[in-house]
Amino acid sequence: MIGLWSVPLLFALPLALGILSLLVTPAWRPRLIFVGLPLLAVASFDVLARLVVEGPRIYELGGWEAPLGINLVVDGLAVGMILMTTLVASLCALYARVYLRDYPASSSFFWPLLWLLWAGMNGIWLAEDIFNLYVGLEVMGLAAVGMVALRATPQALAAAMRYLLAALLGSLAYLLGVALLYATYGTLSMAGLHEAAAPNVTTHVALALIILGLLLKTALFPLHAWLPPAHGGALTPVSALLSALVIKGSFYILMRIWLVLGPEVTPIFTAQLLGVLGAGAVFYGGWMAWRQHHLKQLVAYSTVAQIGYLFLFFPLVTGTGPEAARLAWDGTLMMLVAHALAKAALFLSAGNLILAVGSTQISHLVGISRFRPMSLFSFGLAGVSLMGLPPSGGFTGKWLLLHSAILSGQWWWLIVLFLGGLLSAAYIFKVFRMSFREGPQIDSSITPPLTLDVTALILASASILIGLTAHLPLFWLRLGSAFGAG
Amino acid sequence: MSGALVFAWSGVLLFGLGLFGFIAHRHLLRRLLAFNIMGSGSFLVLVGLAQDGRGVDPVPHAMVITGIVVAVASTALALVVFRRWYRASGRTDLPEDT
Amino acid sequence: MTWNALILFGVLATSLVASAVIFLLAESRHTTRSVFNLAAAVLKLLLVGWIIWGVYQNIDYEFRFTIIDGVDFILRADALGMMFVGLSSLLWLFTTIYAIGYLEKAPNRSRFFGFFSLCVASTVGIALAGNLFTFLLFYELLTLSTYPLVVHRGTRESLRAGQVYLYYTLGGGALLLFGVVALHVLVGDTEFVPGGVLSGLDPSLHPLLIGIFLMMIIGLGVKAALFPLHAWLPMAMVAPAPVSALLHAVAVVKAGAFGIARLVYDVYGIEFAFSLGLLGPLAVAASITIIYGSLRALAQDDLKKRLAFSTVSQVSYIILGISLFGPVGTLGGLVHLLHQGLMKITLFFCAGNYAETLGVHKISELDGAGQRMPATSVAFTLGAFGMIGIPPMAGFISKWYLGIGALEAGMNWVLGVLILSSLLNAAYFLPILYRIWFRRRQRLWCEGKVLGRFETSGWLLLPTLATAAFALIAGVLAGMPFSPLYWADLIVSREYLP
Repeated sequence: MIGLWSVPLLFALPLALGILSLLVTPAWRPRLIFVGLPLLAVASFDVLARLVVEGPRIYELGGWEAPLGINLVVDGLAVGMILMTTLVASLCALYARVYLRDYPASSSFFWPLLWLLWAGMNGIWLAEDIFNLYVGLEVMGLAAVGMVALRATPQALAAAMRYLLAALLGSLAYLLGVALLYATYGTLSMAGLHEAAAPNVTTHVALALIILGLLLKTALFPLHAWLPPAHGGALTPVSALLSALVIKGSFYILMRIWLVLGPEVTPIFTAQLLGVLGAGAVFYGGWMAWRQHHLKQLVAYSTVAQIGYLFLFFPLVTGTGPEAARLAWDGTLMMLVAHALAKAALFLSAGNLILAVGSTQISHLVGISRFRPMSLFSFGLAGVSLMGLPPSGGFTGKWLLLHSAILSGQWWWLIVLFLGGLLSAAYIFKVFRMSFREGPQIDSSITPPLTLDVTALILASASILIGLTAHLPLFWLRLGSAFGAG
Repeated sequence: MSGALVFAWSGVLLFGLGLFGFIAHRHLLRRLLAFNIMGSGSFLVLVGLAQDGRGVDPVPHAMVITGIVVAVASTALALVVFRRWYRASGRTDLPEDT
Repeated sequence: MTWNALILFGVLATSLVASAVIFLLAESRHTTRSVFNLAAAVLKLLLVGWIIWGVYQNIDYEFRFTIIDGVDFILRADALGMMFVGLSSLLWLFTTIYAIGYLEKAPNRSRFFGFFSLCVASTVGIALAGNLFTFLLFYELLTLSTYPLVVHRGTRESLRAGQVYLYYTLGGGALLLFGVVALHVLVGDTEFVPGGVLSGLDPSLHPLLIGIFLMMIIGLGVKAALFPLHAWLPMAMVAPAPVSALLHAVAVVKAGAFGIARLVYDVYGIEFAFSLGLLGPLAVAASITIIYGSLRALAQDDLKKRLAFSTVSQVSYIILGISLFGPVGTLGGLVHLLHQGLMKITLFFCAGNYAETLGVHKISELDGAGQRMPATSVAFTLGAFGMIGIPPMAGFISKWYLGIGALEAGMNWVLGVLILSSLLNAAYFLPILYRIWFRRRQRLWCEGKVLGRFETSGWLLLPTLATAAFALIAGVLAGMPFSPLYWADLIVSREYLP
């Protein structure tokens, strides 16, 4: 196992850096990213290279065997999530380094929490058993709550508290589900559960608990109430990280467990129900986003809506043919990654616009197109992906999901995809209308530092590019899954 | 067998009580306490269900220990956030809804 | 990556790169921007000319790569696509010149020209698309890049027009997407093949195919301003004249009509479409639009609005030609794509000239304009004659072939539509000409406005005269090789009915 250094590094390094950043002075904390980011980037690419060359594998931490040892899974899905995390978190970290100069009090605790968050996320992507998923989920969740509370205003604290309560409740439900599964099957490993899973009562109860817990943590409608205040009220780089990455962690777990338990256990009724709730999220989130006056709340409700699309995975993969299921897998992952890139870009560019105008109200953006074209451009590019318009990752994902829906004969999801796209156009163009409007001349606007604009632009461009270059990434993502050749 | 199941069922009962308290109470400290009771309930279920007469199964014990650590960390974080919230707003509950 | 593929991509790249550079240029660098714009336009025209020569000799140009399994991004140069690209490139050059003059001293020029180039890139992409996916990609991109131009002035009116524009085009785009995905599910990648790819399908699927066709026609018909999906077009006239001229008289509406051509000829195939009974209703819809547009045009006093409704009407001639089953009808429709573009852009340029120089927006204020602005008025007259269909203007040629095509297809009632609409065209164009030439000046124009050595700024005048000249030449020299008629004939003989 000597050669596979990159896998444990992926969560050990952030953990170490997190502890280290608590020990150094606040001035030094941001500089740790110049150590961490390159190393993590290299590790991520190394894992990808190994996956492509050697194929998917299980990695035993420390060489100890399960169930007492910890197994890590390195398959296409895990690697894809790792790469996504590395890209988005790196750019958000670079953004934060500059942005947080204005918030010295919050800045000092941001960095330890960021590293912990990163460690937790990588832990989730790599976990091969359902209990490690719990641990990763908790580490990530607590770090996220801490980050929300960084901005010490009463609203942020209330939002953090609400988030924490929801997270705790969700985790406990999940834990209880895990307990039931272990009691029934005597194994925690996903491979073991996949073999042993059978449709009996305790399994269904366990699945229900797990689903409920994870729905709460993923803020799926109607359990979404904690998200808009938390994501909308946090510091900009925190919002980006939360909406782009953290929310995907609990979804990822649900996806894994659903596929692990397999088609005999997972009822079609539940799958359709999840799809219906997803549809509700798309409509409700889109509607609420359109009605917002506060720019970051608009973006936060957009997250509520976009999460809904992801849940179309379940009805499209359950009880359908292999072709439709594969398209559903491809489409959902494409939407997931594209959303991460686009939503991070959207929050970062929204933050830039707010900085420039000095106000969080959308109506104060009048005429800003003259002064901050780059921020608007990033916002626009990201918006194109969120609306599912070509050429973007969001469009490619939408295409795949549409294809899957038609192929499996589930026509009703087409309406969700269409109306959802039109609703997102409504709230994205709302911002643009304001920016094009000629109003009382803004004679000056604060020019944010270039780094802030550039990071947002990179993320936004990535969300577009991934739509055009999807072929190979999708192939890699499928390696080691039920849908791939690997 | 049924002896072990007593633990499991008590665990479920505790979980239920905790859940009720978590939802029904408004004071944040009480909700935190309820959460901890829920946690204890889950751990009891874990330990209780896994005793199958074959002897001691170390895995659930490992899980419970991990879980306790997580619960401690969560409670600590919750208390910090709560204290700041109280200082900033003067309230012991969250405004307006659950 | 072959040399040919690179050249083909180059046609697209010139406007994409131009767009990026212009966005990055500071607002104040006017000269640099103009030089860059014009250079890109000329370069594009040269590349297009090269490729047209190659396509004439049956050389293959293709650029493709895989997006996802079963879906490729394809750019291909065939005769139909090159016709559209040729028109767009030529008119882009003229409109760029016009826009530089028109927007002198206007704010936000970087933004304008950046999106302008992006629009042309989208139009070129639509023309060169080799399958439905690529077509759809650029079709939606066209929507996104034209919106900022519609709302450019930032007034309440512009924003409202932009909103309506989005409702229609995004809604249409969604329907088009559905149709395209559905076809993908049925036949895999829908590359454009003369004669279509659908005729081999199981007959039980035919009702589904009819439904898909309807959906896609609606999606394409929004941009093509087919009744009743046309309402956005008159509202979009609040945009600056160059936008109305190139985009809403040429690029956007032609994209819709072109899309319908592709759908009927290269996806369904004209024979298969005929057998499904799709052509008759299409002809009816086109005819209704033709008459409706002309009637609404009669009622307008605002010059640009009248021209807008005229566009609504005229674009449907193309769709009418497509829906006539027979080579002559096809010829008439396709050649009108070029002719109408030349004539209509001339008319819009003139409208812009009147507005900029004389401050005149309404027809009732045009009295005596011929005296003050003779060159523009001559151009306007030529364009108007073309619209009515008076020989030797190009418009006459199109209507002639459409008429013959109608008779050949056995749809004699179409002839009646053509005659009626020509009369209506006369009814709403001739009074304007009368006012311009034969009435004395009624109101005070901004006499103080001296825009150049000629009756108006050279930037504005020369493109106007150029496009008018082209419209005249296209008619007079229609029998010569490489006239629009010649090229349309090539398309028909090469690709459609033997």
